Amino acid sequence: MRRFWQLFLLAVVVLFTRPLFAQSAVPEIPYDSAPNLLKMPDDIYLGEVLGVSTNSKGHIFVYTRTGSANVTTGTNRVFVRSSSRLFEFDQNGKYLGEIGQGLYGFVQAHAVRVDPQDNVWVVDEGSNMVIKFDPEGHVLMTLGRKPEALDNPARTEPPPAPGSGAGVPGDNFNGPSDVAWDAAGDIFVADGSRNSRIAKFDKNGVFIKSWGTRGTAPGQFNVPHSIIVDAKENIYVADRGNKRIQVFDTDGNPKAQYTNIGSPWELCITSGPHQYLYSSDSNTNDFDSATIYKMELDGTVLGKFGAGGKQVKEFGTIHQMDCRKDNELYVGEITNWRVQKLTLHPEKTETIRSSAKAIK
Amino acid sequence: MKRGFGSALFLLVFAAAALAQQGAPPPAKAFATAPEISYDSVPNFLKLPKGLYLGEGIGVARNSKGDVFVYTRGGEASRLFEFDPKGAFVREIGKGLYGFQMAHAVRVDPQDNIWVVDEGTDMVIKFTPDGRVAMTMGRRPELAGGVRATPPPNAPPPPATPYRFGRPTDVAWDAAGNIFISDGYTNSRVVKYDKNGRYIKEIGTRGTEPGQFNTPHSIQTDANGNVYVADRGNRRIQVLTNDLTVKGVYDNVGAPWAVCITPGPHQYLYSSNSYPDNNNSRALNVSGEVYKMELDGTVVGKFGKAGKQLKEFSTIHAMDCRNENDLVVGEITAWRVQKIQLHPAVQTSRR
Repeated sequence: MRRFWQLFLLAVVVLFTRPLFAQSAVPEIPYDSAPNLLKMPDDIYLGEVLGVSTNSKGHIFVYTRTGSANVTTGTNRVFVRSSSRLFEFDQNGKYLGEIGQGLYGFVQAHAVRVDPQDNVWVVDEGSNMVIKFDPEGHVLMTLGRKPEALDNPARTEPPPAPGSGAGVPGDNFNGPSDVAWDAAGDIFVADGSRNSRIAKFDKNGVFIKSWGTRGTAPGQFNVPHSIIVDAKENIYVADRGNKRIQVFDTDGNPKAQYTNIGSPWELCITSGPHQYLYSSDSNTNDFDSATIYKMELDGTVLGKFGAGGKQVKEFGTIHQMDCRKDNELYVGEITNWRVQKLTLHPEKTETIRSSAKAIK
Repeated sequence: MKRGFGSALFLLVFAAAALAQQGAPPPAKAFATAPEISYDSVPNFLKLPKGLYLGEGIGVARNSKGDVFVYTRGGEASRLFEFDPKGAFVREIGKGLYGFQMAHAVRVDPQDNIWVVDEGTDMVIKFTPDGRVAMTMGRRPELAGGVRATPPPNAPPPPATPYRFGRPTDVAWDAAGNIFISDGYTNSRVVKYDKNGRYIKEIGTRGTEPGQFNTPHSIQTDANGNVYVADRGNRRIQVLTNDLTVKGVYDNVGAPWAVCITPGPHQYLYSSNSYPDNNNSRALNVSGEVYKMELDGTVVGKFGKAGKQLKEFSTIHAMDCRNENDLVVGEITAWRVQKIQLHPAVQTSRR
């Protein structure tokens, strides 16, 4: 009997504290998704969508892992052939064409970004390269170099010992993940899944400096997975493995960190006089929770939305977001092989209603 | 006479022992007693355009209109072709798809969506009838900066997780659209998902007990939602309820490589005893046949034998039996699909 009352008391406490939690929770932002956004030609298919970005005209660029990752053998080395493709669509999702078909540096897609002059930048974590195309799709500049051959697991000598993660203090990458620019055109590369640093180049691709090693202290990283610059030249780095966003000035001095947004896989910042920051806490298992946070640049969380799954409005590992306009996001998903265009309705956000739902 | 019988028996035992020594299997338990069903094979059924070739005919299935889908292992990667009911080539679906590497199965669901199972990319991919990707399950392993070493043959597989497959083999659905996946060579389980791909439950580890599997290789459901799993390595079909509890075990039809169930009010189960692979000549006379069964496991008859000619089978890997007496079968080593017409008139009149 005493046990019963203990349980009863516990139940009462649980029932009455849950609404409190819910009320203090981040508001849910209602949103829609436009189904069948991209119209593919009959014989072209998207694979995993690692990168999606728009240019100033609203054209949509998609960098996807598709085809077979073909590995061929040399006498004592292993080579890998192109298995990622870059497609361009107009603002209505009409297919315009392919850029860089069969390109030497297209191995394992990781990101595509469009700079203020509408140049298209691709980051490939398989070839360890960052490639800049002009708006017509010609290669303008390359950063990093594709390794001549892959590691062969059958080799006799042991692999090199893991280093600090700082990489070569020059311009070669190891698993680069993303690229961003400041107003002067300086280039910042998040590098990446095997190195743990930010590398800075001038607009002509001359190496300036890099900062960061693997670790948890401010200025250190555990997979810097996404990078973006705001209008005031603050640099935001999604330090995914450390579950935080780190903010730096353009010289790499830490300014702030935001830690209340799960594991940030991907960041984007809106244009316009009042800029917002979106951060995706992406799911790696199909139906785990998947959340996009909308924030002020100072880290204040304004709202969140999203759910894991395979249907429209659900997400399968968001890997890149584009938010050129305030409440209009393009999101590319790894496991659902697609791009969704999301329209947010923040005016309909009602904290109390959403908390009432949560109690049910 | 008696002595003749004895020496024949001795020879049979001796032959069986010799076969066992060569690594060949014993005949299926029902091999000697199952009545023969007479049948024909339509010559040159599939017409391929010049320059297009089938490789190993790993997967074959038909939709409600009779169109034939073939998932084949081609030179560069696996490819999915569509033919009309008479075998004329219609189109290729998913050329260069990220999920196409090592074909294992194609099946068509009641809404005519086309599902492909690829054991090289560990993925199950659903296409709309138009041939566009509608849903993906599992994920192709990333390149991860290099080539992975092949694990040693007896290395224990990594633990199975709800949403990743270990060389999956086949897919089936019940009337509610729930998805059943046999998974597979590395994992040894059957997984049930809802129609949107959300994990519900699973059964199975590697082993020989009921509810355990040794390469669950093919899977089908009947109209009541029961699940039939071809437990190939254990030489048995395991019947599961819709909730994945073991309901029955049929161990009399050899090693079931491929199973299919007919539609209609009276459903039949076909099972192909395709072992061994690659037409092991020593076992030509003890495998290669297809059994026709009642759903309760009663063998109605059998047809076929191993070989490379028309009407012979060289390792059947998939069967479609949307029509009870009109089957299409895909073979591994003959690189072809045959359209088989059964003539069970004699038997059905006897029954």
